[in-house]
Amino acid sequence: MPLALITPNLKPLKPLMFKPKVAFYWCASCGGCEETVVDLAEDILGVVEKVDIVLWPVAMDFKYKDVEAMPDKSILATLLNGAIRSTEQEEMARLLRRKSQYMIAYGACAHLGGIPGLANQFTREHILKFNYEDGPAMANEKKTRPQLVTEENGRTPRLPALTNVVRSLDQVVEVDYYVPGCPPTPKITRAAVTALLENRLPPKGSVIAPDIALCDECPRKATKPANISFREFKRPHQALMDPQKCFLAQGVVCMGPSTLSGCEAACISGGMPCTGCFGPTSRVRDQGLKIMSSLCSNLEPKDEQGISAVLQGIPDPIGTFYRYGLARSLLRRKVNLPTD
Amino acid sequence: METRKNEPVRIGFYVCHCGVNIAHMVDVEAVAKYVATLPNVVVSRNYKYMCSDPGQEMIQTDIREQRLNRVVVAACSPLLHEHTFRGATEAGGLNPFYFQMVNIREHDSWVHTDRLEATRKAMALARAAIQRVPHHKPLEVKKVPINPDVLIVGAGIAGIHAAITMANAGKKVCLVEKEPSIGGHMAMFDKTFPTLDCAMCVLSPKMATVGSHPNITLWTYSEVVKVDGYVGNFKVTVRRKPRYIIEDLCTGCQECVANCVYKEPKFPDAFNLGLGKRKPVYMPFAQAIPSIAIIDPEVCLNFKRGKNPDGSYTVSDKCKKLCVVACGDRKAIDFTQKAVDKEITVGTIIMATGFKTFDPHRTPYYGYGVYPNVYTALELERVINASGPTEGHLVMRNGKEPKRVAIVHCVGSRDENTNRWCSRVCCLYSLKLAHLILEHTDAEVYNFYIDMRTPGKSMEEFYNRVAEEGMHLVRGRVADVYPDPNDTASGRLIVQAEDTLTNRILKIPVDMVVLSVGLEPRPEAEDLRRLFNLSCSSEGWFLERHPKLAPVSTFTDGIFLAGCCQGPKDIPDSVAQAGAAAAEAFSLIDKGYVEQEPNTAFVLAEECSGCKSCIPLCPYTAISFNEETKKAVINEALCKGCGTCVAACPSGSIVQNLFEDQEIFSEIDGVLAPLPQ
Amino acid sequence: MSDSTNKTPDGKWTPRIVAFFCNWCTYTAADLAGVSRMKYASNIRVIRLMCSGRVDPQFVVDAFAKGADGVLIGGCHPNDCHYVEGNYKCLRRYQMLKRMIADMGIEPDRLRLEWISAAEGEKVRRVVNEMVETVKQLGPLNIPCKFEEWDKEMEALAGHVAHSQSAAGAACPDHAKPQTAQTAHV
Ligand code: SF4
Ligand code: SF4
Ligand code: FES
Repeated sequence: MPLALITPNLKPLKPLMFKPKVAFYWCASCGGCEETVVDLAEDILGVVEKVDIVLWPVAMDFKYKDVEAMPDKSILATLLNGAIRSTEQEEMARLLRRKSQYMIAYGACAHLGGIPGLANQFTREHILKFNYEDGPAMANEKKTRPQLVTEENGRTPRLPALTNVVRSLDQVVEVDYYVPGCPPTPKITRAAVTALLENRLPPKGSVIAPDIALCDECPRKATKPANISFREFKRPHQALMDPQKCFLAQGVVCMGPSTLSGCEAACISGGMPCTGCFGPTSRVRDQGLKIMSSLCSNLEPKDEQGISAVLQGIPDPIGTFYRYGLARSLLRRKVNLPTD
Repeated sequence: METRKNEPVRIGFYVCHCGVNIAHMVDVEAVAKYVATLPNVVVSRNYKYMCSDPGQEMIQTDIREQRLNRVVVAACSPLLHEHTFRGATEAGGLNPFYFQMVNIREHDSWVHTDRLEATRKAMALARAAIQRVPHHKPLEVKKVPINPDVLIVGAGIAGIHAAITMANAGKKVCLVEKEPSIGGHMAMFDKTFPTLDCAMCVLSPKMATVGSHPNITLWTYSEVVKVDGYVGNFKVTVRRKPRYIIEDLCTGCQECVANCVYKEPKFPDAFNLGLGKRKPVYMPFAQAIPSIAIIDPEVCLNFKRGKNPDGSYTVSDKCKKLCVVACGDRKAIDFTQKAVDKEITVGTIIMATGFKTFDPHRTPYYGYGVYPNVYTALELERVINASGPTEGHLVMRNGKEPKRVAIVHCVGSRDENTNRWCSRVCCLYSLKLAHLILEHTDAEVYNFYIDMRTPGKSMEEFYNRVAEEGMHLVRGRVADVYPDPNDTASGRLIVQAEDTLTNRILKIPVDMVVLSVGLEPRPEAEDLRRLFNLSCSSEGWFLERHPKLAPVSTFTDGIFLAGCCQGPKDIPDSVAQAGAAAAEAFSLIDKGYVEQEPNTAFVLAEECSGCKSCIPLCPYTAISFNEETKKAVINEALCKGCGTCVAACPSGSIVQNLFEDQEIFSEIDGVLAPLPQ
Repeated sequence: MSDSTNKTPDGKWTPRIVAFFCNWCTYTAADLAGVSRMKYASNIRVIRLMCSGRVDPQFVVDAFAKGADGVLIGGCHPNDCHYVEGNYKCLRRYQMLKRMIADMGIEPDRLRLEWISAAEGEKVRRVVNEMVETVKQLGPLNIPCKFEEWDKEMEALAGHVAHSQSAAGAACPDHAKPQTAQTAHV
């Protein structure tokens, strides 16, 4: 489905009276999203010229106070990337929500919780302990951990606290649009920014990507047989892969059938199966369960043992099916973990 | 009146008391009160009998006066009355699929004992429906034309009667029978209770009618091997096993039998349960229909011994083939005949596959198979039958006439260790056999019974009549049958039982023991059930759709039951049921079409990514890949609405009518929503 | 409050079990149990589907997420599915689903799949009773309450931010009226 379908009211651009204000912010993310924004800025300088960037910590010097001083809704749009997993991130998300007309979850982490969302399988204590004590690359004999409050030279600097739960942006504040991807491709980003600046916005809550799964634009689509029946599952490194053939046809889990398209099958073209970063279609509530349902339905064996043998080929279903979507899945987090 | 888009949802809710069936365990007023507080509910009522005319009218009036556009009824099972209330909804001017039913009788009031809990459950279930109906869409019932031909499986008395009934009405019937002749068990009986008329005398004219009826295609020695399709349009494959005699050429003269190299009959004859003998080429029995001989390749000299792995036999050419010579120009004998599969299309199917008698080897204490003078009732039928192996002389295997006979009731019936059910016919046929023994001999006859069960028209009278003929009736289950230690030479047996009326242990010496074996599902019933997609009761009888209201229908539309395949019954009941099954089939055929529940699935054309995940999942190959659009499409005519593909489409691009995702999610939400305290 | 929903009026917790029964076998068996007046625990809420093949794993997990303490799936015996093979598809998904819910911290015994034919009303009774017993042993799952508990950590901050910002918002100067997409383009 072309993007135009979700932005139907094409109006001619009127000259801008003044530049709309735009903010970029990052929370729990790897920085890849920022990189795309930078790429984009170079790519469509024209667009950037049309906006007034009021916050962009990675590139420009603004302070929390500056934002706080701005009137509510005075920012046209905030593009926020990263999941929310610390008090600081949460505070910024709330602040920017208040100041912005549109809050845009930018990238898989803001959209779905992303890779950081996988931390929802562990307690906060477990994570801190691993990272400051048990981790294999750790040289921290005293087992020092960051303190939320310290005294130093008469000052008391405070550190933000890690939350128990990793959240997608919309689990913290209201989100108007989602720009999917890990990271979003320039094309998707451009489409989103253009839609915003040209005021051709789809219905609130939309994900800015065609509402159809990846197979639609996959270059290997034609090689998928109509009678698939899984006898085993392999991981990409476990077999010599035919570079032309549908991954599923080769017994490798590909999330493409349950993942939004719009990335132009970038991973597939790079020789790797889709891992689901664009998230589910609008008709699906839980991306991981839906791909699981589809794959399992098509197993070959009918008996319990045979079935379970084939399924052994997927040793980590949560990590496989919820690579990006755990925080926004139906259960959100391992349900028997405590909070403190 | 159809609801337009964006028109506010206005639900009418009705909870039924079902007399006291629901109301005694569910506080229906509280349910109605609670539902009235839920969003979109405009009317919430409770009423004594919602399915009655006034109940249905209430719905219709409310639809008109309260401008309802959704209806929910909480009452019995939707499998019972969904149709009724959809009808009422439609009569009120709404699309019938704006209706939803809540099962608070079978699933609630009848199975729970705590009124408060049952009431809360009813509220939760009602809420699920209230949350579900706003998502309902108007749907249309599809009408599919029905093929007027009918398949009847099994040609015992039930199958025969159904076939003649249908054929006389001008329907084309294909009657398939596993054995080489039609007639079933009834053909083996001597006389029938309570009228004591000769079984063959009443049956053979009907058999002859079947054999000659222009509307009946009779395929004996044949089995159904495959069934595809659905009501109105079943595709059935029938395997015609080779009888090595070409049916169309055989005239039934039996000269082949007379001229067989075996001068004397030598092989146990199945029709006479092995009590008689036949040749390798034989006529199943004198009145067999079709009147066509058959060759048994297991014993015919012209075949090599033993089956090939594919079930066929190899011709040995070892025999002089005098039969072929005798057949002469008729050229009816063909040793190379092979099984042929025939495919037919029919609109309806009647199952009349009958029963088998209980195998008394499973009750070793009665000595069947050990002592030659222990017989089953069916064997006795053959022995006293004028056309049986002894030409109607009641003599035992040793050629002697018995002086004392014990008839043991309930063998393989009403027994924890074998079958728990009452086989319904044994008491009566035991009395009949006692009567026949007395008629044929001067023997003393002892009937050992647990209870004398003689229900049905004229049956108790029959009992009273024959009981006066001088037989001994002993109330007590026989515990043991063993050789008389005082008389080992004559084969005399002792029957040991407790007379429960006098509380005495009886040890009665007899010459012959007759076991009144019960009725059991046929061993192949399980395979047939799978083949025809039927259900079986836990005992193995085919399951009727409803024990009272749909006794000859099954859960598979278009398939009906007749005779003992559905449960033990006597001849009058089998015939009555066969007539009922024929009538049900008629009512379908003469309507001309079948209505199909519109619960089919469809692919959202815009949204489908063409991932093909769904295509191999459909058991009816209803889903195909459109090479032009590169998307999946469902052929609505083939889809039966299981919803498997819907659950499996990884992008949520298949929708099942009546069971849309949103509808189910709303139900889940509804049953789990907090209830008032 | 979501955690009160599992309680009977006298305040005792009692499990809630959502069941997905196929129309042809298990639902009919449950009707039969009714017609035969068998008695079983009232904790079960049956949702009728045409076939166990229609059971989307999302339904099961959604039921847990909305407060079910257990989920029971009922279908026709192997080879008996009214639609030939729907039950096999269900079985395959079920096996993976069991692993997944276990990984997500839900005791796998809270999910059960049973083949119950139309004639097995007695099995409905037994399975429901067993299931209720098992779930009683496991205690409440109550995921909605967990969601609330997890999100408590956001409450404090939400209050703080709302407070500090409403002051700023009120003092919104005239020349900097909140921007809307519309005003941005005039
Ligand atoms: S599974 Fe869904 S997306 Fe894939 S081909 Fe079928 S309908 Fe289309
Ligand atoms: S609902 Fe069932 S029958 Fe219909 S197309 Fe899907 S899989 Fe086939
Ligand atoms: S219809 Fe019962 S499981 Fe498919």
